[in-house]
Amino acid sequence: MSVSIPARRRAPAPPAPPAKRVQFDRPVTPWLFVLPQLVVVAVFFYWPSVQAVQSSFYLEDPFGFGASFVGLDNYRDTLAAPEYRMIAAFTAFFAAVVTALALGLGLLFAVKADKVIRGASAYKTALISVYAIAPPVVGLVGMMMFDMHIGPFTELAALFGWQMQVGINYWDTVVALVTVAVWKQIPYNFIFFLSGLQSVPASVREAALIDARSGWRRFRDVTAPLLAPTAFFLLIINVTYALFDTFGIIDVMVKDKPANNPITLVYKVYLDGFKGNDIGGSAAQSVILMAVVAALTVAQFRFLERRVHYG
Amino acid sequence: MQRIKFFDHLILMLGAAVLVLPVLVAFMSSTHAAAEIHARGLFLTPGAEGVATYTKVLTQKGGFTGEVTGARMAMNSLILGLGFALGKIALSMMAAYGLVYFRFRFATPIFWMIFTTLLLPLEVRIMPSYQVMSTLGALNSYWGLIVPLLASATGTFYFRQFFKSVPDELLEAARIDGAGPWRFFLGVLVPLSRPMMAAIFIIMFVYGWNQYLWPMLMTTDERFFTLLRGIKSILQVWIGAQIPDYNEAFALAVLAMLPPLGVVLAFQRLFIKGLTESDK
Repeated sequence: MSVSIPARRRAPAPPAPPAKRVQFDRPVTPWLFVLPQLVVVAVFFYWPSVQAVQSSFYLEDPFGFGASFVGLDNYRDTLAAPEYRMIAAFTAFFAAVVTALALGLGLLFAVKADKVIRGASAYKTALISVYAIAPPVVGLVGMMMFDMHIGPFTELAALFGWQMQVGINYWDTVVALVTVAVWKQIPYNFIFFLSGLQSVPASVREAALIDARSGWRRFRDVTAPLLAPTAFFLLIINVTYALFDTFGIIDVMVKDKPANNPITLVYKVYLDGFKGNDIGGSAAQSVILMAVVAALTVAQFRFLERRVHYG
Repeated sequence: MQRIKFFDHLILMLGAAVLVLPVLVAFMSSTHAAAEIHARGLFLTPGAEGVATYTKVLTQKGGFTGEVTGARMAMNSLILGLGFALGKIALSMMAAYGLVYFRFRFATPIFWMIFTTLLLPLEVRIMPSYQVMSTLGALNSYWGLIVPLLASATGTFYFRQFFKSVPDELLEAARIDGAGPWRFFLGVLVPLSRPMMAAIFIIMFVYGWNQYLWPMLMTTDERFFTLLRGIKSILQVWIGAQIPDYNEAFALAVLAMLPPLGVVLAFQRLFIKGLTESDK
């Protein structure tokens, strides 16, 4: 989850085994090595995942007196609810804006940091530092920045005649959430873009320098295509970040008062499941989200697999 | 050319400032009294109340039951971060070793069973995971905090990639020397993996320390609260407060960000290498 380092979602598709030309041939030993992970995965991944799918077909009594099979009702109810649709629309919007801004700014800083020599490592340190900070902490700091009484951003906005009311006004809260979510994600994109830029061979750079005098053309014709694989990889990571890892930011900034505030689909799963006690509905939402993430991850796998062949 | 360089630096400086200033503001404001913040806004200069605030946050028993101090929460965060990182390295190295270096039946289904976990993050099955843990009686326990987070194959994936890049000749040579699978693992592969282990440790420690949703659901007993969980509590107390404890919230935020920030900055090169190379 979160934090950002949603490490588990970053890995590309595993090609098929066997992995080694030479291998041990023992009947029992490999099981001893594999078993701990297998047990953890079975109990904490498969069991709950199966349970999510199962309870999405049941209507559970909120007082714990059994459950009755309702088929696809939970899905139908979920998808038909105007509130769910609104939150889904907001989630898509939020993911798109956060991804675009975080990728764009990450790329901008990476291209500049790749160019300068003096102070390069100081810039780098400053630009990656926020990566280490957890989303709810980022959310807390962001909340203070946008606080109605003491927030500097609120004061800044007031200079332009904009009375920001984060936590009360829907769109003001959206602006704050997006700003904070982007702030948290820039370092990650910066790290990957910079490492992508620095892996461009010196010979290619020199050739480009001769062929294209203008910096913009050099970027468009040489650097951008070389960065495309990194950018695609980051695109998926950023979308998953916006969908899931922003939970902590939203929870801190919206503070359990979602009534009039923007929330994402994951936050709704949490609210319905834990606060609203709508277990079946929450499970159906979980399964819908599972399908979305699985599709995203498969897209990432396929793409990266292809990239491996290109070397 | 000179002009272009100037703009490059300007953009970088602006970017660095925008990213770092809020953190600095959080730190500086945490050294001022709450009333002062309330009256004058946030600060970019140090105040005089720092020692008092941090002492209070670290030692005063807070919460509803009065059983948890900031120091205790920091310890719990540390247990979560370390336990997660070490557990992840141990589990995933072993599993990757089993999958890469052995020929055995069911290797392929096991491989897929483990790697399917990369598809779905914990968040999408948070409710049933909670129910499973409650069935197992694992709420409010350290293992309940840590072990379920290990159910994703990232680490296994990284180590598998790494083991595959280890030359086959090493195993051949070890076998000629009469080494069995255990000796080869502990005597050759583990020492060889040290840089990889260190890089993964940093990434996973930060990841574990920064967990929020899972600890929030798994712990109702305040003795198991982590710093991040504490932030949620302190904000809940705010509602209705005359002057919110801005300073204490900032102090808690600073305590929560310091260890991961320190680790990442101290081992910057290793961290970036681990992050970017394990992804390829």
